Amino acid sequence: MTGSDWPLWEVFVRPRRGLSHTHVGSLHAPDAELALRNARDLYTRRQEGVSIWVMPAAEITASSPDEKDAFFEPAADKAYRHPTFYRVPEGAEHL
Amino acid sequence: MNPPVERSDRFEYLLRLGDDALVAAQRLAEWVSRAPELEEDMALANIALDQLGQARLLLSYAAELGGGGRTEDALAYLRSDREFRNCLLVELPNGVLGGAALDFGVTIAKLLCFSAYQHLLSQRLATSTDQRLAEIAGKAVKETAYHLDHAALWTCRLGDGTEESHRRMQAAIDQVWPYTHELFRSDELTARLVADGSGVDPASLRAGWLSTLEKVLSKATLARPKDGWAPDGGRSGVHTEALSYLLGEMQSLHRTHPGVAW
Repeated sequence: MTGSDWPLWEVFVRPRRGLSHTHVGSLHAPDAELALRNARDLYTRRQEGVSIWVMPAAEITASSPDEKDAFFEPAADKAYRHPTFYRVPEGAEHL
Repeated sequence: MNPPVERSDRFEYLLRLGDDALVAAQRLAEWVSRAPELEEDMALANIALDQLGQARLLLSYAAELGGGGRTEDALAYLRSDREFRNCLLVELPNGVLGGAALDFGVTIAKLLCFSAYQHLLSQRLATSTDQRLAEIAGKAVKETAYHLDHAALWTCRLGDGTEESHRRMQAAIDQVWPYTHELFRSDELTARLVADGSGVDPASLRAGWLSTLEKVLSKATLARPKDGWAPDGGRSGVHTEALSYLLGEMQSLHRTHPGVAW
């Protein structure tokens, strides 16, 4: 058999409670239920996670590399968006 | 009143449990690199490795009780088919009778029947008066729950899939069903172990097993096969010829290079 007839799914794993789910890779599965189980077998065999999300790769809307400049360049010279222009009051801890 | 449980009884009982797991693992491992999809290849290999892990714990324990300095390896690699105590179900080939040597439906049907049994059994053994056996079973409860889940999901997809997948899944269940009766056969050995609280009466598991199977089969739109012919003999070492071939392959390395290690 060459190639897969099954759709592609993207897998997100949460390594520990309190952390967010992180993209770890993708896999093929016929439906969501089996995608979740395949993800368990492929990506959490070595105790990598406590929670898994799977989603059909076809459902992801991604930015295009062609739009990179229009999307991300304008942010480059806007240093005032970083919260670095505030004077920290004396004695304020844990900031 | 039952006679006291001898050390040899415990040894024999552990061989039954351990050989079931070992032969099931070896049989399932035939799928490695041959499964219909890479993801399923990994899933089946994972399940086989779980079973192998159970076999190692059980056979190591058996080897200690059996004495004579034998190890788990000696039990796995240096016994002949007549000395194996596994049920016939786990040694059955993965193929269709008189057909393809590897059939996914038949493999899933065997896994469904066996893991449903193993799951119930390990839940009960987890409260065995034999502390070490109880701990081994406690670990197996979670593993077999996953094996059963995997087999049930596929049974539903194939049974309630296309016309062709339904036909083949029904044929697979029909082919495997007669061999499930042996799992629930009680004998004098199990009676002695039940009496001292260390073993489980196989017959007492059948009602729960049937209710699991009937639920899955009905969801999968499959008919529950009629009970009839019920071959057995595995627990006393009388096996199908399939076991000899399986052991021939499994034991070839160890017998060619005695004592070989990694």
